[in-house]
Amino acid sequence: MIAQVTKELMIKEIKSYFKTPLGYVFLVIFLFGIGYLTFEPGRGSFFYMREASMSAFFRYIPWMFLFLIPAVSMKLWAEERKSGSIELLLTMPITVRQAVVAKFLASWAFIGLALLGTTPMIFTVSYLGNPDFGVIILGYLASFLMAGALLAVGGFFSALTKNQVVSFILTVVACFILIMAGSPPILEFISALLPKYFVDLFESLSVLNHFDSIERGVFSLSNLWFFAVTIFFWLFGSIILLNENKAN
Amino acid sequence: MLEVKDISKKFGDFQAVDSVSFKAEKGEVLGFLGPNGAGKSTTMKMITGFLNSSSGDAIVCGASVNDNPLEAQASIGYVPENAPLYEEMYVREFLEFIGKMRSLEASKLDSRIDEIIKMCSLKEVEFQKIETLSKGYKRRVSLAQSLVHDPQVLILDEPTDGLDPNQKHDVRRLIKNLAKEKCILISTHILEEVEEVCDRCIIIGEGKKLFEGTPKELKEKSEKGRIQDVFRVITTGQQVQGVAV
Repeated sequence: MIAQVTKELMIKEIKSYFKTPLGYVFLVIFLFGIGYLTFEPGRGSFFYMREASMSAFFRYIPWMFLFLIPAVSMKLWAEERKSGSIELLLTMPITVRQAVVAKFLASWAFIGLALLGTTPMIFTVSYLGNPDFGVIILGYLASFLMAGALLAVGGFFSALTKNQVVSFILTVVACFILIMAGSPPILEFISALLPKYFVDLFESLSVLNHFDSIERGVFSLSNLWFFAVTIFFWLFGSIILLNENKAN
Repeated sequence: MLEVKDISKKFGDFQAVDSVSFKAEKGEVLGFLGPNGAGKSTTMKMITGFLNSSSGDAIVCGASVNDNPLEAQASIGYVPENAPLYEEMYVREFLEFIGKMRSLEASKLDSRIDEIIKMCSLKEVEFQKIETLSKGYKRRVSLAQSLVHDPQVLILDEPTDGLDPNQKHDVRRLIKNLAKEKCILISTHILEEVEEVCDRCIIIGEGKKLFEGTPKELKEKSEKGRIQDVFRVITTGQQVQGVAV
């Protein structure tokens, strides 16, 4: 099923997050940040809502991801290209496709680990009341799928440049557009330029709309397809980019 | 064992390599010479499948790099220019990773890594992070990674660049020891190295093959036996007294 080389590269990549401070810094900032935002004493915060649910938590997930996911994905290819180790990697008996998939899965597993770190939140709400666990599970699923989509975007921009900072900024911009695609300001801007058909198309590309729909407990196959296609599309882009580098 | 057929590479309008062909057999060390920018590294990158050639092909142990890259890559050990490594890994861990990627059997992995570590004198730094190593050690780690799967063909891009004289001596001795059972393509600027380790050599300039023969033949072209004069005449076309090409 999964080739041995893909698996070995994936293991090495997961380990590499913990060989530099990156992995730890990410986990600390993510867990602290999401914890603070959830319980922060403002409007829409956990205490204000007075209900045993995790919607305050999931509401902030996209905004944490917007800045933290690009930080995880920026090194995927840019670092290899800068240091030249990509030459080592791609002259081993591994195809570009396998390498792209391995690196993507490794980064996805890392984010999965970060999400796993937020499970004490579940204990908190179930101590305080009777939450709907189905909705909580769907919320985590939505977060994980969204992370996959954004990581695939980040992987693409990491393959585009040797510079990690450039890769970070491009990914943040692209992720912002993808998340906000369904929001009024962006849709108004688009509708001024393009016909209605494109506006609808653009709206349907909104990561946030699909995320919200799953997170509210409305799970449909079209949501799952949306994330699967997004991930596939951007991974395919990375493969084309890296093969293009070979040809040039 | 290694056959390069009319391989060419164009970067945009720039012809980096212009239909270069050569052959190398088992037990042979083939020197690959040329000024900077002559296309040595590009040729090596095409043989190893890191770059696709614009035209032409390389056959490694019967496998075409164009048609069957994975099989060709499996029989190649490659030390890229400047010996890039995964700096955050430990030496032994890194070699194990390469071994696994090269699908070595788990039961043989340990003993094979031990062997390689001994062969490349890396025992003292086995459990050190690669980023903390000196240049000489890094080169040796890079050489070690190319040997893990006991490849038939070795492609070494300036493996002695930046080493001190003793380290150069060690690496050359290692190459000579390996040469008996392998086919080695080694690029270098150091002409004395060619005389010392190579059975044959090729000189390329501006992407074209300009000379192929033994180091002895190269030397005999100069009355004074000055190989560097011959190299200059061949690659720049300048006239030097006492050298006839």
